[in-house]
Amino acid sequence: MRPNPAIVSLTSLALTAMINVALADGLTITLHGNDRGAPACVTCHGAQGEGIPANGFPRLAGLNAGYLQTQLDAFANGQRINAMMTPVAQTLDGDEREAVARYYAGLSSSATMTEPVSETNSAGARLANQGRGSQGLPACTQCHGAMGAGVGAIFPALAGQSSLYVENQLHAWQQGTRAPGPLGLMKVVASKLAAADIQAVAAYFSALPASAPSRRSKP
Amino acid sequence: MKVQASVGLTVGIIAIAAGVIVVVAQNGSDTAVAEKAEKPALKAGPKSNASPSPAASATAGAKPAALFQPPSEQDMPKDEFGQTVKMGKDIFEHTERYASQYVGNNTNLRCSSCHLDAGRLAHSAPLWAAYVSYPAYRSKNKHVNTFPERLQGCFKYSMNGKAPPLGDPVLVALESYAYWLASGAPIDSKIPGRGYPKVPDPPLPRDYARGQLVFEQHCALCHGADGAGQLDANGRPNFPALWGAKSFNWGAGMGSIKNAAGFIKANMPLGLGGTLSDQQAWDVAMFVDSHERPQDPRFKGAIAATRAQYHDSPEDMYGLMVNGQLLGKGTPSANNANHGEKP
Repeated sequence: MRPNPAIVSLTSLALTAMINVALADGLTITLHGNDRGAPACVTCHGAQGEGIPANGFPRLAGLNAGYLQTQLDAFANGQRINAMMTPVAQTLDGDEREAVARYYAGLSSSATMTEPVSETNSAGARLANQGRGSQGLPACTQCHGAMGAGVGAIFPALAGQSSLYVENQLHAWQQGTRAPGPLGLMKVVASKLAAADIQAVAAYFSALPASAPSRRSKP
Repeated sequence: MKVQASVGLTVGIIAIAAGVIVVVAQNGSDTAVAEKAEKPALKAGPKSNASPSPAASATAGAKPAALFQPPSEQDMPKDEFGQTVKMGKDIFEHTERYASQYVGNNTNLRCSSCHLDAGRLAHSAPLWAAYVSYPAYRSKNKHVNTFPERLQGCFKYSMNGKAPPLGDPVLVALESYAYWLASGAPIDSKIPGRGYPKVPDPPLPRDYARGQLVFEQHCALCHGADGAGQLDANGRPNFPALWGAKSFNWGAGMGSIKNAAGFIKANMPLGLGGTLSDQQAWDVAMFVDSHERPQDPRFKGAIAATRAQYHDSPEDMYGLMVNGQLLGKGTPSANNANHGEKP
């Protein structure tokens, strides 16, 4: 009972075609939105998914697909609230949200960096890589990966992310305007950061080169 | 229908973070001391409920004695010695890169998986406390161990690899890092913050099924439903494997339920240390330590004989039946100590 090679190759052709369709869907939506009123993603997130850092519009390129989809779903169902993204996500159906998430996840970022940080001694670097043990505050990289590379669908990459975006999120967790997320971790973490800490750590990660998406991110 | 690469968050569950491993600071009498945790059984009820104060982690289960503070990172010397100290720290945090020849193939663990905050954190088997506690007699191997020999044990068991020879640059660097972290600490094997705290006996006998529930709700988010941990997006170890082929082997200190419970209670989930109840910590420690993992490198050829010689403790599940499975067979890649695979 060996699989017929012809069938196998037909199947893989078909699969490839379907993947292309999905990617095309994602691309189309990012460029043109959809006919139910969703605007083009590129308007705020850039042609390459680079975001508009100065406005706090986050980089999406190379982020984990599962993570992106979860966030879009959360905007759509009200678990995560944002004046801009809530209506956008609500005008995308589930398949469209998935397609967009996969499209951005597949965009590579400009650079890959896998070397461990060689301790710059800034306050931001210390928080990012060491945390603050005296306060029970873990290092950001313990969950978000060395160099802020991201880990799986739960812990997004921080490297190269808009510092204003990261600051806004940390403040939102502190103030309770963003849901605390899995295990409530980010609310607890944010509550231990002073405004200056937030600024320092966000600046640190934004200056790190964004990692390319990796095929090896499964254990 | 598209091809589902979509990862989604099926998991819904939760988790933890750091890890499991090395236990440098536990001293040799572990197994002996362990004996009493078994039968506490009847206390009047679930006395220790979660007290959601993460900040308490530093003192979880221990007296609030003043804790030794290791020197800060910025004060690391810049001279030749400092370079070796720095190398030790790099090995400690990126063991799979800088000491790959001594780390088991595929092992998803680093020294810092169990020794949090790069070996600085009290109650997470800090390196500074271990450093001032050796040489010491260990019942584990029945002789006086020097500090470098203690480090060898970490590689052999906890990293499921092989021991670097005495004098190897890896051991020299790690010892240098530990020595530097201990700058100003008294020579004192009872230094507060050493090892993992002892968790008070649980109200109810520890239980696998309850432990599984705790795991699913508080641990799986990071360590994975299969306990294999997660790599980061660059393919490097991030959340450690708690059981299975990528985890520590049956000879590791974290295989002791008592050690695991102490680590978990004080430190897990990462950032939320001290939030699990004593009962939850014991239950989930038992659950984690009741899974198959790489064979004990001291394996005698038979599980029963190996248990009798090395695992005869109520804290140790090796050689016991759990859910109809005899533990101690080892995972497929057992005994596969090996060389630098790139994750």
